[in-house]
Amino acid sequence: MDYILQPWPWYFAGPMIAFCMYLMYYFGKKFGISSNLETLCAIGGAGKLNDYFKFDWRKQKWNLVFILGLAIGGLIANDWLTPNQTIALSAQTVQDLSEIGFANAGSTYLPDEIYGVNTLFSIKGFLILILAGFLIGFGTRYAGGCTSGHAIAGLSSLSFESLIAVIGFFIGGLIMTWFILPYLF
Amino acid sequence: MKQIKFLLVGVLFGIVLSKSEVISWYRIFEMFKFQSFHMYGIIGSAVVIGIVIMYFFKKGSLKTYKGETIIVKPKEKGIAKNLIGGIIFGLGWALGGVCPGPIFVLIGKGVVAILIVLLGAVLGAFLYHVTKHKLPH
Repeated sequence: MDYILQPWPWYFAGPMIAFCMYLMYYFGKKFGISSNLETLCAIGGAGKLNDYFKFDWRKQKWNLVFILGLAIGGLIANDWLTPNQTIALSAQTVQDLSEIGFANAGSTYLPDEIYGVNTLFSIKGFLILILAGFLIGFGTRYAGGCTSGHAIAGLSSLSFESLIAVIGFFIGGLIMTWFILPYLF
Repeated sequence: MKQIKFLLVGVLFGIVLSKSEVISWYRIFEMFKFQSFHMYGIIGSAVVIGIVIMYFFKKGSLKTYKGETIIVKPKEKGIAKNLIGGIIFGLGWALGGVCPGPIFVLIGKGVVAILIVLLGAVLGAFLYHVTKHKLPH
């Protein structure tokens, strides 16, 4: 039990992610989360504004059930499997973050500077959250996949398109982390 | 009831993403700073094992539970869409510290602020389809 309660090492988590991907194909579906964002648009009535969203979202129920499972998994892991919520970051990361205005990096899963309730109700905090979401949603649908569809399933199937997309993920991520984040906080 | 298997895979995946700290904003920052092997180890080992699994899909020795051959649909072609879309996604991944999977895991974790990220992501997906005929693909 002690092993389960500790943070899981990469060499256990990576194969488990591949196993989850395998199970989705085994059950006759695919492994990709970001298409759910389109399904949520369709449920919200986006079909009235744009023909793309006129598809029958009920056919995507399996994927909605999958993301419902993700949330339940998050709840189970948080309430019963993670007594210690600190993240063992590298010392350099903690120092770098403190220099750009993030206090106590790694003392919880998420920084208060972005996800704290007080931040959420500030104009700047709200704008950062909605902008982050917007870039994620727009970018994944433009590229046709996210970390699950492109980086895990796509690279596993040796897809050239997915390799281009993942290179893009890293170009964007590096620009944000090195050149934009330091000036936002 | 037919859907319960997808719920269970989701629960397992959600627990894995939580317990391996993939849902932590800090881990994404650390990855893009190249200051830890953790995230590279997770993605790398998942892909290496994924390649083996996909190989057996193509060979036909791993089938669905109904015994059908598994065909992995190829991704749409286009350098511009994959590269530009990828860059836009990467900017959001590093800013919010989440990709789409962890957004839903964090809802379960009880993080209220993640709902704003989800709202933004749904709006972003919507706006892509509204503007896509004007974008390079």
